[in-house]
Amino acid sequence: MNRVKPYFLLNPLVYAVLLGVSAPILAAEAPSAPHAAHDGAAVTLPSATPAKSAPNAALLTGATFTPPDPASIPNDEFGKAVQLGRNIMYETQKYAPQYVGNSLNCVNCHTDGGAMAGSAPLWGAWVSYPAYRSKNHKVNTYEERLQGCFRFSMNGKAPALGSDVLVALQAYSYWLAKGLPVDEKVAGRGYPDMPEPAKAPDFVRGKAVYEANCAICHAANGAGRVVNNEVVFPPLWGAQSFNWGAGMGSIKNAAKFIYANMPYGQSYSLTPQQAWDVAYYMNGQERPQDPRYEGSVAATRAKYHDNKNSLYGTTVNGVLLGDTGVPKPFKGNKS
Amino acid sequence: MRPMSILPIPLLGAGLLFASILAHAAPPPEAASCAACHGAGGQGLPAANYPRLAGLPAQYIAEQLKYFAEGTRQNAIMVGMAKPLTPAQITLLADYYASLPVAMPAAAASVAPDLLARGQQLAEFGDWKAGIPACFRCHAAGGVGVPPYFPPIVGQSAKYLADQMTAWQSGARKGDPQGLMHSVASRMTSTDTQAVAAYLAALKPAAAVLGNAAQTGGAK
Ligand code: HEC
Ligand code: HEC
Ligand code: HEC
Ligand code: HEC
Repeated sequence: MNRVKPYFLLNPLVYAVLLGVSAPILAAEAPSAPHAAHDGAAVTLPSATPAKSAPNAALLTGATFTPPDPASIPNDEFGKAVQLGRNIMYETQKYAPQYVGNSLNCVNCHTDGGAMAGSAPLWGAWVSYPAYRSKNHKVNTYEERLQGCFRFSMNGKAPALGSDVLVALQAYSYWLAKGLPVDEKVAGRGYPDMPEPAKAPDFVRGKAVYEANCAICHAANGAGRVVNNEVVFPPLWGAQSFNWGAGMGSIKNAAKFIYANMPYGQSYSLTPQQAWDVAYYMNGQERPQDPRYEGSVAATRAKYHDNKNSLYGTTVNGVLLGDTGVPKPFKGNKS
Repeated sequence: MRPMSILPIPLLGAGLLFASILAHAAPPPEAASCAACHGAGGQGLPAANYPRLAGLPAQYIAEQLKYFAEGTRQNAIMVGMAKPLTPAQITLLADYYASLPVAMPAAAASVAPDLLARGQQLAEFGDWKAGIPACFRCHAAGGVGVPPYFPPIVGQSAKYLADQMTAWQSGARKGDPQGLMHSVASRMTSTDTQAVAAYLAALKPAAAVLGNAAQTGGAK
């Protein structure tokens, strides 16, 4: 990602979008009467005015790289590994259930199966490792980076180095990055940087943003929605979501992801302030324990969460977040 | 409710689903005027472009009737049908049709394989370069819908489905929550619309997973 150039200088389209988003969207979409949703939770729907939005997360990233079309995955042994990697991204629950401890799939946070700029694309990651990570104070290989996703984002267990699952994910990432020079500054990597919010992120404002823009899909209680035993809208917090050690648990990462990717299909339709507020609300809720738990919330916060982007170990809305005891023993999901 | 003029549409399949209707709920008298077009079992009449109502989420049906009455959703026939309905009648009709077992319309005509392939791609993966998310990410796998806000998109005719896309594009249909469907439709080309409509109309999922039979709840 280009971290030097201010994002609003990137392209004239950006102006159009920013003009759109700078309008007070909540005011424009005055909430109508609350509807009683079938899951029992009242959800307030905004009126019919569609929010102005960008087609996808790429817009504010300045990305120019186009990964290859999945139809061109070669029909040989290498191609089989690439296809398996792609399947794992879309249907982690089906293709790697033994390493997964929640109901998420990788694609939930890596739009378009990890191909979309501005949604932490795997091609942007592939050309950026090995890299030093402050998370574990060492130089990580790409494979080690993938292990972290299973342990934290998927609240599961890291597949062994060299295992079929990690080989397939590497094959797919490599294939996606075809033609891209090795350079960790590649535009489109990660989620696009955002300015610090004008007002400190706020739980109460975040709740209002959530109810007007997110609850229709993720449900008022954040548990998402399931149809015929299949998750349609993934859980944002609670027992089936990512754990306290995950990257999405950082308010800043979440704000960046949300701004560029949510509401689904309406990239950049929130104002940056709304994205920060709703990220705070989402991450101010309880979720599975950090697997690096140090015996107490305070010790775990001191060691891993002592920064303003983590609410772990702080009291939000009357709850001391993370005070749920030792991590639950891991039982892999069944496919 | 005031008597409504019923267009001379043959009561196709009126007897067909009679037994199953009785097993569910007696039709309210208001439904008599709807049956002419939507069928006695709410199964719709694909040939005439009348959508199925059976098994759609009750809240969705009620919203759409209000939209027709207010002109938020424009349709010469349905605006006239919806305007005279009182809120109580709307609730009655919505609950009634939502409770009916899902009937699938007649099989779709044969379609070119490459059009079907494009349709399947849009339904399952979308086309993110163009800003089109997969239909099944919001309408659930197989397009069975996520009550109450996301109606099923299987069990409707290709023409009806395509007409809805065009209606969002032209502004004749509004009222979709948060403009979610409007955002998607506005990015579809007419070929995309034809392709996805043909693909969806050709899908024949097991009746058990359709519409009102779909189990919803929080993630497990
Ligand atoms: C809950 C959301 C979530 C899920 C689920 C998830 N990730 Fe991630 N992933 C993130 C976040 C947040 C980052 C950090 C992005 C950043 O730093 O900009 C990330 C980063 C990555 C990176 C490194 C990106 C880079 O540029 O350095 C890779 C590779 C990756 N994830 C792969 C996966 C795989 C494979 C899975 C499934 C096994 C997965 N992720 C599941 C949220 C998620
Ligand atoms: C139209 C339905 C819809 C709306 C509205 C919506 N989302 Fe999502 N959200 C999704 C879907 C679908 C995914 C998974 C995306 C994928 O798999 O490609 C997702 C994924 C996510 C994720 C990552 C996965 C996880 O479970 O943690 C977060 C975080 C998220 N959404 C937050 C939000 C927030 C905050 C809002 C409101 C500003 C919002 N969403 C509005 C449908 C929606
Ligand atoms: C003369 C034929 C006709 C009659 C009678 C009729 N409808 Fe309709 N109905 C239609 C048509 C045509 C459409 C499709 C409108 C469009 O394309 O927007 C429709 C659409 C609908 C829809 C929207 C379905 C969806 O999936 O969004 C509902 C709900 C509905 N009708 C309910 C009723 C009810 C209730 C009655 C009786 C009070 C009724 N209709 C009577 C022709 C009719
Ligand atoms: C971001 C979520 C989202 C996505 C993605 C989405 N839809 Fe929808 N769709 C909706 C919502 C919400 C409604 C209900 C609109 C209303 O209540 O008026 C809807 C309604 C519809 C209807 C009207 C059904 C009826 O009975 O009249 C059709 C047809 C439809 N969608 C087709 C599609 C197709 C085809 C795709 C994929 C190209 C798609 N949708 C993708 C959210 C979505």
